[in-house]
Amino acid sequence: MAIRIMKLTDLSNNINEWFNGSGPLADIVVSSRIRLARNLAGHKFLSRCSNAEKFDILRKLKEVLMSLDLGDKVFYISVDKAPSLDRHLLVERHLISRNHAFGKGPRGAVIAQRESFTAMINEEDHLRLQVLKAGCQLSQCASQINHIDDMIEQKLEFAFSPRYGYLTACPTNLGTAIRASVMLHLPALKITGQIEKFFNAARDMNLAVRGLFGEGTEAASDLYQLSNQVTLGVSELAVVTEFESTIIPEIVEYENAARNQLLSKQPDLLDDKISRAMALLQNARLISSQEALFLLSHLRLGINMHKNMGASTPAIKRLCTLKSRSNTDEQAGVSIATINRLFMLTLPAHLQLNYGKPLDPTHRDALRAQIIRSALNG
Amino acid sequence: MQCQICNKNEATIHLTEIADGVRTEMHLCELCAHEQGIAIKTNIPINELLSSLLAVQPADDQLSGRSDKGLSCPHCGFTLDQFRKEALLGCPYDYEVFEKSLLLLIEKAHNGKTTHCGKFPSRVPQDARKQVELLNLRQQLETAVQSEDYELAAKLRDKISAIEKRKAVC
Repeated sequence: MAIRIMKLTDLSNNINEWFNGSGPLADIVVSSRIRLARNLAGHKFLSRCSNAEKFDILRKLKEVLMSLDLGDKVFYISVDKAPSLDRHLLVERHLISRNHAFGKGPRGAVIAQRESFTAMINEEDHLRLQVLKAGCQLSQCASQINHIDDMIEQKLEFAFSPRYGYLTACPTNLGTAIRASVMLHLPALKITGQIEKFFNAARDMNLAVRGLFGEGTEAASDLYQLSNQVTLGVSELAVVTEFESTIIPEIVEYENAARNQLLSKQPDLLDDKISRAMALLQNARLISSQEALFLLSHLRLGINMHKNMGASTPAIKRLCTLKSRSNTDEQAGVSIATINRLFMLTLPAHLQLNYGKPLDPTHRDALRAQIIRSALNG
Repeated sequence: MQCQICNKNEATIHLTEIADGVRTEMHLCELCAHEQGIAIKTNIPINELLSSLLAVQPADDQLSGRSDKGLSCPHCGFTLDQFRKEALLGCPYDYEVFEKSLLLLIEKAHNGKTTHCGKFPSRVPQDARKQVELLNLRQQLETAVQSEDYELAAKLRDKISAIEKRKAVC
């Protein structure tokens, strides 16, 4: 128990590698993720399993997963026994799904310390593997997860049919059972009122869109997760290639065009958004999670436009010469890593776990405002 | 295609309504759809989607004179009614047992595709009979535990672990 708590606080105090602002195209493609669903042969799917059978599945998978050489330290969490705040933390860090955190019956998660790999045991399927990387790195995620899957298959048999592929509890995951997704930061499409175009393009390409770090599809943080829906009749390679050669370039182009439009045609609008965000974040005494995400998104936009497009409007200049206390390098100005860190560390479970005890919403809003002020006022 | 209401913008919302066996289609632009009070759900809960897909199937069953209604899986006891409620299957063999009913849904969910293309496990479970046997033994074990027949349960458990060990040696 002591080890588990120590490790979780280690996580909650730091930003995960896949969210540190590095990697190809990271100004727009924040991170890449691949998930695979697998079920053990000779067992029922979870909806028909007794707790005894679920426990048997959990034991088998945990044993194999903990014995794999994943190139990183791994730890195991009994999700069904973990305190509620710990579960919220794992959801906020995208390590487990909300369904897994608050589901029923014996279930667990194997997590690599650097958080690039997670396995959820007894979620909707017996096993859900996940590999996460910073920036646009879907191919790398795919090859790593394929290797992990191969290692597991050396020791356990998965339910598979030559006709339907990997058999999953829900027919919508059948086949390769692969879910490739990218987390996209699209603030300029939002500010210029073109975000619907992105939703429509996603629908036309048979992709699912979900708002991240917020409620509903329109994420307060302007971060969206885009993922494939078709898993049967299309190979893993084809799914990843389509993302990398068609889907991602198209959306990156949309967002870049919107950023250019802001800069050349609506610089006052852009500066207004950035100036307001700076003024509020540097001075607010109480700030909700939703408002913080909304404003931090505009700072992230300003910094990236300066870095990648050489934008230097008055507000961007001020933003990029801010002396940030959390900067570790000599360079002046707030870094993307700092903004991402504030995105993550001011989420409710992170705040409370780092504070050491549960806080009511008003106290959370005060603590959140204090952390942000301190990071942005050097 | 142009919006049927304003006849100006491109129609991006396509509605199909089937009432009393009569099918009507509407093609609208976003603005007109909004004015008509048509909310666009981008996140349809998966069970809602699956239920609506399955709901169109009885006609198909009637055509062939065969229905999966009332059928239950011999390995896990699962029925289609349960699938309609939970949107999750009971065991891998449900794909065979309810193939006829599931096929249309699979086709719709996967853009018309019905055959796997992609990774094959290095060890495809060779002996389907063994998998079925394991499923059935686990089902019997559960019944034995529920009826507190621990002697039978112990025997079944030994049998399951013997089969699993045989598998590990292979």
